[in-house]
Amino acid sequence: MSDLQSPTTDTATAPGKATSSPPTEATAGGDQPTATRRRSLLPSSTLLRHLLLLALGAVATVVILEITDPFTNSQLATLSYYAIAAGGLTVLTGMNGQISLGHGALMAVGAYTTALFLSAEEPPPLPLILLAAIVVATAVGALVGVAAARLHGPYLAGATLALAVGLPGLAIYFHDWLGGEQGMRVRAPRAPEAFDSFISTVSGNSATNTKWLAYVGAICLLITYFLLANLVRSRVGRTWRAVRDQEVAAELAGINLGAWRVLAFTVSAAAAGLAGGVLALVVRLAAPSGFTLVLSLSLLTAIVIGGLGSLLGALLGSALLVFLPPFVTDLGAGWGLDNTEAAQLAPFVYGVVLIVAMIFAPAGFIGTLRMRWLTSRAKRSAARSSGG
Amino acid sequence: MQQFINVTLTGLTEGMVYAAFALALVLIWRSTRIVNFAQGSMAAATAFIALALIQAGWSYWAALVVALVSGFVMGAVIERVVVRRVEGGPELNAVIVTLGLFVAIQAGIAIVFGSSFQSFPTPFGLQGFQVGDNRIAFTPTSLYVIGAVLVTMGLLVALFRFTRVGLAMRASAFGQEVARLLGVRVGRMLTLGWGLAAVVGSLAGLLIAGGEFIYPAYMDSLIVFGFVAAVLGGLDSPIGAVVGGLILGLALSYVSGYVPRGSALVNVSALVILMVVLLVRPGGLFASSTARRA
Repeated sequence: MSDLQSPTTDTATAPGKATSSPPTEATAGGDQPTATRRRSLLPSSTLLRHLLLLALGAVATVVILEITDPFTNSQLATLSYYAIAAGGLTVLTGMNGQISLGHGALMAVGAYTTALFLSAEEPPPLPLILLAAIVVATAVGALVGVAAARLHGPYLAGATLALAVGLPGLAIYFHDWLGGEQGMRVRAPRAPEAFDSFISTVSGNSATNTKWLAYVGAICLLITYFLLANLVRSRVGRTWRAVRDQEVAAELAGINLGAWRVLAFTVSAAAAGLAGGVLALVVRLAAPSGFTLVLSLSLLTAIVIGGLGSLLGALLGSALLVFLPPFVTDLGAGWGLDNTEAAQLAPFVYGVVLIVAMIFAPAGFIGTLRMRWLTSRAKRSAARSSGG
Repeated sequence: MQQFINVTLTGLTEGMVYAAFALALVLIWRSTRIVNFAQGSMAAATAFIALALIQAGWSYWAALVVALVSGFVMGAVIERVVVRRVEGGPELNAVIVTLGLFVAIQAGIAIVFGSSFQSFPTPFGLQGFQVGDNRIAFTPTSLYVIGAVLVTMGLLVALFRFTRVGLAMRASAFGQEVARLLGVRVGRMLTLGWGLAAVVGSLAGLLIAGGEFIYPAYMDSLIVFGFVAAVLGGLDSPIGAVVGGLILGLALSYVSGYVPRGSALVNVSALVILMVVLLVRPGGLFASSTARRA
């Protein structure tokens, strides 16, 4: 298993390349539990397993986007940017133990970068624009990360809270350039010819712009999760967990705590920047009102529900962020609330869910399931060994 | 020169409110090692209760008293029912729970009272005092704000210094185990502490609302300012919180008074100040944290 470890690491660190290269000190070597995987049918190499999942995900994406109606397509596009940001956040909070309430602001950085590039006379190709959004957000994230690496718990939460509340103010201050309160309209680029022919051969649906953006979001999501999953399983991920769980032991093992924390924040910011770029394309607007504190707290809700540190959990939590609001809003309308009141039911539910999850199931949905499964398996094997 | 005086006076008045809010955060931090991010929403809730009563024909003062009492009850209930379960656990869990309270209460306000802007009355005038030929930016309302905060601080000092309850509260904040062995009902003291902090926070919310428009999220910036002020003072020291609040009030007032279109930069400035303090003196300007660490 370990022979493929280093190429995995290389692929996975690619998004963080724009920043300082990761520290290369020796890490607390964490041998992965090989014995338990012997029986499984999945390939034993992490990279191959993730590539398989990536291919499955791509097929599933095409199927889901082609059998659903345009409205669901646009909801799924929304899901993709929430999930990208939540994926980055869950790596930061779950793997490295740093909380951030500032990811909404980092998304704003990505969104405004995208909007600025697209407002040019001759906008560069879309992948380049999204790459630029990532680079700018990564730079800002690295800056914040340097400050954040020295903080913990409530201090970090407060500092990133100040970031979330403060940064959108810059868009108002530079209103000639960034559009002030009204924000910037975004001209989403048209779908290329190849996309039209692809859709017509696959399903015969009409290749609308909504569908194109849903595909853009899904592609970004798949790539992000593939890279993050590899990163988490690599030496880098193990070092992050060491930093999170045992500061002193990690430091004794030669790990530079600060540098690894900054790296975690930077990677997470890169994901947030990409999410912001996709958001700008899907919403077609980058405005301060789109990046409120509630956005950052919704992301936090998503990863807490799903289970801190789990990418699948982040995806499920993001799905909740997309599909819960219409549901509870309808429910609220049924109870006789008017539209604006019913719209507030969703954040109300987020808040309650955060409290309840932290008190009763701090491991989140995925984490709780995983723990149940591990306990039952341990019990079974214990019963087997004592019986035989 | 006149502009300087005006900007300074405005800064002092606002600084007093930040100081009160920071004090509320510090009270909770000292006793339970939790930063109560829900403080702003809780204060906003009491402000909306007061507004509803005033609109129903009550006098400002009666509404103020009811709002402060409801703030106390809210703080105590939240501590007893929700926060007690995460006290002493991983610090991230407590942070997330208070954030959950923050979102839930804010949305709850919008559901119950609506999310439109509503003007909040003030019992005193909003026109500046006349000094010589000039009107200065110091109004009877500013005087009331400063006076109210000073009286509250005086009462708190008296409570902690001269009463048995205050002594018990200080003891349970200092060392829960020891206090419990000496017969202090620590749980009750923590509940009381949260209640008192919520009263102080609510007062700050009501004072900053006077003569302004309120909406469910109107305390969002104040929670940041309160936190920055508290960190300036070291998060552990009530005096530090007050001084930090005044410094922050002045600094932000100078930014919005002297930088062109600086009012858009106030929140960013608070962020910058916070970052500088955390990087240069993480213990705050008046750190007494060598004596005790979390």
